[in-house]
Amino acid sequence: MVVSHLVKKQTYFDSVTLMLIGSQVKKLDGIENAVVGMCTDYNIDSLKRLDMYHPDFDSLTPNDLIIAIKGSDEKTAKAAIAEVETRLTSKKKSSESAQLVPTNQEAAAKQLADANMVLISVPGEYAAREARIALNAGRHAMLFSDNVSIEEELELKTLGTEKGLLVMGPDCGTAIINGVPLAFSNAVRSGNIGLVAASGTGLQEVTSTIHRLGCGITQAIGVGGRDLSEKIGGKMTIMATKALIEDPETKVIVLVSKPPAESVLKNLMSEIKNANKPVVIYFIGADPKLIEAQGFTAAKNLEDAAVQACKLSTGKSYEPEFSDAKIDEMSKKIKLPTGNLRGLYSGGTLCDEAQRILRTSLPEIYSNTPVKGCKDMKDVYKSEGNCIIDLGDDVFTRGKAHPMIDPDNRAQRMIQEISDKSVNMILFDVVLGYGSHTDMAGEMVEAINKGKKASGNNPVMAACICGTQDDMQGYSNQAAKLEDAGVIVFPTNVAMVKFAQKCLERK
Amino acid sequence: MSNLKDFFGKKVKVINLGIPSFADDLKRQNVEVIHTDWRPPAGGNKKIQALLDKVETWQNKVNAAKGAK
Repeated sequence: MVVSHLVKKQTYFDSVTLMLIGSQVKKLDGIENAVVGMCTDYNIDSLKRLDMYHPDFDSLTPNDLIIAIKGSDEKTAKAAIAEVETRLTSKKKSSESAQLVPTNQEAAAKQLADANMVLISVPGEYAAREARIALNAGRHAMLFSDNVSIEEELELKTLGTEKGLLVMGPDCGTAIINGVPLAFSNAVRSGNIGLVAASGTGLQEVTSTIHRLGCGITQAIGVGGRDLSEKIGGKMTIMATKALIEDPETKVIVLVSKPPAESVLKNLMSEIKNANKPVVIYFIGADPKLIEAQGFTAAKNLEDAAVQACKLSTGKSYEPEFSDAKIDEMSKKIKLPTGNLRGLYSGGTLCDEAQRILRTSLPEIYSNTPVKGCKDMKDVYKSEGNCIIDLGDDVFTRGKAHPMIDPDNRAQRMIQEISDKSVNMILFDVVLGYGSHTDMAGEMVEAINKGKKASGNNPVMAACICGTQDDMQGYSNQAAKLEDAGVIVFPTNVAMVKFAQKCLERK
Repeated sequence: MSNLKDFFGKKVKVINLGIPSFADDLKRQNVEVIHTDWRPPAGGNKKIQALLDKVETWQNKVNAAKGAK
């Protein structure tokens, strides 16, 4: 094996673009490894760890691009470098228009003077600075970036609430503001349900379900997973919920979050107690009595939050798309052999929800993100027993794009799990919408077929699709691909997990 | 302080900093968006960046004071 490299000074690309190109080039014949990244501390550490470091990298800055390829021989490695350059050139051309492309927020604001929203997905260490610039200029900010300190988050949200400006995030993946889906969001119809959520996939699951049930939304405001912590005090949740209370277009409000800190919950309840409209609350894992005691509607899960909101928004009766009776009937067709269940999730909240439901049906569940009653995996790269894994967790996404964007990690894991003879059932999610991969179902089917062919194993496969028919991937198109490959498809995570539960009961 | 509810219903116009596909998705929906070829400020030198930020904060304060007069 030889390592070849190329340095392109003062050439900046975002990490997702670079990670996707690196991932694609790694699949070429004769290539063992590829690092395509800016000269950050993390990338330098990776290069050293992979034995691909070169002294040429010593004096580089985070504005310099490194392409390092480990290949079977020099010719193959050099050809891969040329392939990376070709892909980068085409990316650069596609993102540039005839207009001069600005290189910072201030220059961009000169070209779009009345811009009112800044979508920030730069490396975390620079994200707070950009949000501060946005807020000081009177623009709302959505921080997709993570690795922003909680102190910075508090400072930004204090400034945001003073100015009446949204600070969605950090680590906020989903929002639909005034009908505009930002980052990872689904094509959802307009309506009269307003949502505030400290969970990206939670917000996608609830908004998509509302759409499929025939209702629609006014706003879907993401606030970032730490908003209801003691330190942040629910600043954005409170500001956004109060705005929805005052909004004449919003008839019903839905709040989704992990359980808030006790003092924050008390304050939130007191701030919204005079809401003149119904509020449906799903604080994951929290006691529903706490919510009902305040006169609000407590939802049992994400699907139920959507069903309750639709009922309250129209006064009509709504039921989950797959009834318990239907799920029971479906499970009767399955003869589950003794073995282990595996869950391969790209959505963190969906992974969490699956553990909470299945922990009553399985003696032990292991996870890289265990909820109460579940256990930490000994080795996150090797499953043992029943495992429900969040492949979007930081441990899997360092130096790799999120599994909703790049299916590679999950496809490999899928093959690995199918090859494990002890596995009797695999659950996974397929998240559609803007930002997500254009054909996740197709990618998963390819991995399933490979795994089955290589191992001869045939575990029960079940998937839930988070999305709508209006999403660019198309719900029915994705469902058909999965069903053709023998995957049992569910419209929600709760329906899929209830199905797994029924199969386990019948075993 | 402006009120968030006054923003509801207004046309969203976006500056995108970072992942280009987020801007591409918005363009496809005919949302007004400008993508920036963003790169770390001050060539990635944190010390110079901090100094430039201090100068800018000072400049903003001066401008605000001038405006108040």
